[in-house]
Amino acid sequence: MELFDNLALGFSTAFTLTNLFYCLIGTILGTAVGVLPGLGPLATIAMLLPATFALPPVTSLIMLAGIYYGAQYGGSTTAILVNLPGESSSIVTALDGYAMARNGEAGKALATAAISSFFAGCAATLLLALFAPPLAVVALTFGPAEYFSLMVLGLVASVVLANGSVLKAVGMIVLGLLLGLIGLDVNSGIPRFTFGMPQLYDGVNFVVVAMGVFGLGEIIHNLEQGEARSIISRKIGGLMPTRADLKRIVAPVLRGTFLGSALGILPGGGAMLASFAAYALEKKVSPNRAQFGKGAIEGVAAPESANNAGAQTSFIPMLTLGIPSNPVMALMVGAMVIQGIQPGPAVLTEQPTLFWGIVVSMWIGNVFLVLLNLPLIGLWARMIMVPYHYLFPTILVFCAIGVFSLNNSAFDILLMVGFGFFGYLCAKLGMEPAPMLLGFIIGPMMEEYLRRALLLSRSDPMVFLQRPISAAMLAVAALLLVLVLLPSLQKKRAEAFQE
Amino acid sequence: MNSKAPGRTAGSQDLWSGLIFIAFGLLAMALARGYAMGHAGRMGPGYFPTVLGGVLAFIGLVLIVQAFLSSSEAVAGFSWRKAALVLGASGLFGLTVEGLGLAPAIVLIVMISGLASERFRPWPYLALGGGLSAFSVLTFVTLLGLPIPAFGPWLGF
Repeated sequence: MELFDNLALGFSTAFTLTNLFYCLIGTILGTAVGVLPGLGPLATIAMLLPATFALPPVTSLIMLAGIYYGAQYGGSTTAILVNLPGESSSIVTALDGYAMARNGEAGKALATAAISSFFAGCAATLLLALFAPPLAVVALTFGPAEYFSLMVLGLVASVVLANGSVLKAVGMIVLGLLLGLIGLDVNSGIPRFTFGMPQLYDGVNFVVVAMGVFGLGEIIHNLEQGEARSIISRKIGGLMPTRADLKRIVAPVLRGTFLGSALGILPGGGAMLASFAAYALEKKVSPNRAQFGKGAIEGVAAPESANNAGAQTSFIPMLTLGIPSNPVMALMVGAMVIQGIQPGPAVLTEQPTLFWGIVVSMWIGNVFLVLLNLPLIGLWARMIMVPYHYLFPTILVFCAIGVFSLNNSAFDILLMVGFGFFGYLCAKLGMEPAPMLLGFIIGPMMEEYLRRALLLSRSDPMVFLQRPISAAMLAVAALLLVLVLLPSLQKKRAEAFQE
Repeated sequence: MNSKAPGRTAGSQDLWSGLIFIAFGLLAMALARGYAMGHAGRMGPGYFPTVLGGVLAFIGLVLIVQAFLSSSEAVAGFSWRKAALVLGASGLFGLTVEGLGLAPAIVLIVMISGLASERFRPWPYLALGGGLSAFSVLTFVTLLGLPIPAFGPWLGF
C-alpha cells in the first residue's frame, strides 16, 4: 500500500526530536491563544512568522499548523467556562457548553469537546492523507486557464460562505486584489502603485496587512466594546462522561466530522463555518433537539468535531493546489513562499517529506492536545482570567516587534498602523476584512495566470470556456453568484447565519 | 433607518463603504493610466489594475444606490481617542525603536497604548512594560539575534 509507505515517511519526519518539540510548542501556543479571547490564531501566526524563518521549512510549518488546530481546542474551553467564545469557531459551542457548565457539568462538557475534537482530528488527518495525492495528480494537468478559473471560483465561494453583505465582500476582494498588485510588475519591471517609494517596490508584506487589520484593528474594536468580563467561580466537576453520554455523542460526532471535513475543503470554508453548520444540522436531526440551548451534550460534540475537522481539511486545497481557502491558509502560503517553497501540486512529488511530515504531525498534535487539555484544564481555566487591559498592550508589542523584524524598517510599522486604521474603519462599516486578505494573496497569481492564459490563446477569451475543467469551474462560480444574489435565498442565508 | 444608536454619525454603513470603494477604484484607475495598457493578448502592467479599479468603483456605486433605496445600519460613533492612542503608540515604536533601543520603545508603547484602557493605572503598566522589555530583549536580541539594540544611540549606547 502506497498510503502506508507515505505515512511511514511522514512518521519518520515528524518523529524527530526537533519536530516533536515544535509540534508541542505549536499546540501549546494554539491552545493558549484559543483560550484567550481577543487573540486568535491568525494574529498569532502572523506574529510568529518572523521567528520561524530560521527554522527548516517542515519544522516551521508543523508548528504553525499546530497553532491553528490547537486554537480550535482552546477556544472551546473559554466558550464552556465563561460563555465567551475564545475563538470565532467556538461561538456555537458556548450555547450548550455554557449551559452544561451552569448545570454543574463543566468538566463533562470540556471532556466531550476534547474527545470529539480528537476523533475528528484523527479522521480528518486520514482524509487528508487519502484525498490530497489524487487531487494533486489532477492539479498537475492544470494550465493557466484552469488556475485562473479555480481562483475565480475560490474567491466567489468565499463570498457566498462569508457572513454579511455579499456586495461588500466582493468589493473587499477586489480591493485586496488591487493591494496585491503594489510593487514591481514581474513582466515589465514597472513599479505600480508605489507613489515613488522604493520601500514598496517589493510589494506590501502580507504580515503587515494581517497584523494591521487583524491585530491593531481588532484591538481598537475590542477596546471600544467595553472591557467587562464575566468571571468563572463554578467548580469544573467530574471530567468523564458516562457510557450513556458517550453513546449519545457517537452520531453527532460522526455527522460533525463529515460535515466539517467537507466544508473545510471548500474555499472560504474552514473551522468557523463548519461549527455553525454542524450545530444547525444537529438541531434539526437530533432526537434530543428540545434540550438544545439548555445543555445538550450533542450541542457541544457536533460543532467541536466539525471545527477541528474543518481546520485540518482546509489544508487540502492549500497543499495540493497552492490556493488558500481562508486567511489562515493564506498566511501558511506566505510562510511557504518565504521558505522558498512554491505551494502547489508539485510539493507532493518534489517534497514528499514536507507534505507527509505535516500530515502526520497533525495526528501527533491531536494526541498532544488531548494529553495537554484534560489534565491541565485547571491551568487553562486560570488563563482566561488574564484581563484584556493587560493583554492588549502585550499583543501590540509582539505585533510591532514582528513587523519591524521583517525588514528592520520603521516604514513597515507605519504601514501596519495605516492598515490598522483601515481595519477599524472596516469594523465600523460592516466590511469583512478576511476576503480582502484572500484577494491580497491571490491577486498577483491571478493576474499572472490571466496574462499567460490569454497569451497562449492569442487573446481569445473563449479559452476559459473551451477547456472543460475551466468551464465547469466558471459555471459553478456563476451559479453560486446568481444563487446568492437571488432575494429569496438571501433571506434564507441571513437566517442560517442567525442561528 | 432609525436613530436609536447613540452618537451615530451621518450616513449609513453602506453609503460610506460605497464611497470608500469608489475612491479606491478611481484612484487605481487614475494611477494605472501611467502604465502601458497593452491588449488582452499581451497585457501591459496597466490592464489588470484598470479593470479591477473599474469593477471596484462600480460596486461602490451600486452600494450607494442601495443605501438610498433601502435602509442599512447606521454607523456607530467612533472612539477616536482610543484609536489614536493605539495607532499612535505603535507608530511611535517604529520611529523610536532604533534610536532609543528595544527596551525603552516597549515601555513607551505599553504606557501610551495603555491610556486607551479605562483601567489604566501607571504602576501596573510600568511593571508590564518592564517585564515585556526584559522578556523581549532576552528572546529577540539575545536568543534570536535580531539586529536591534536593547538600548539605542539616542541614549548614548
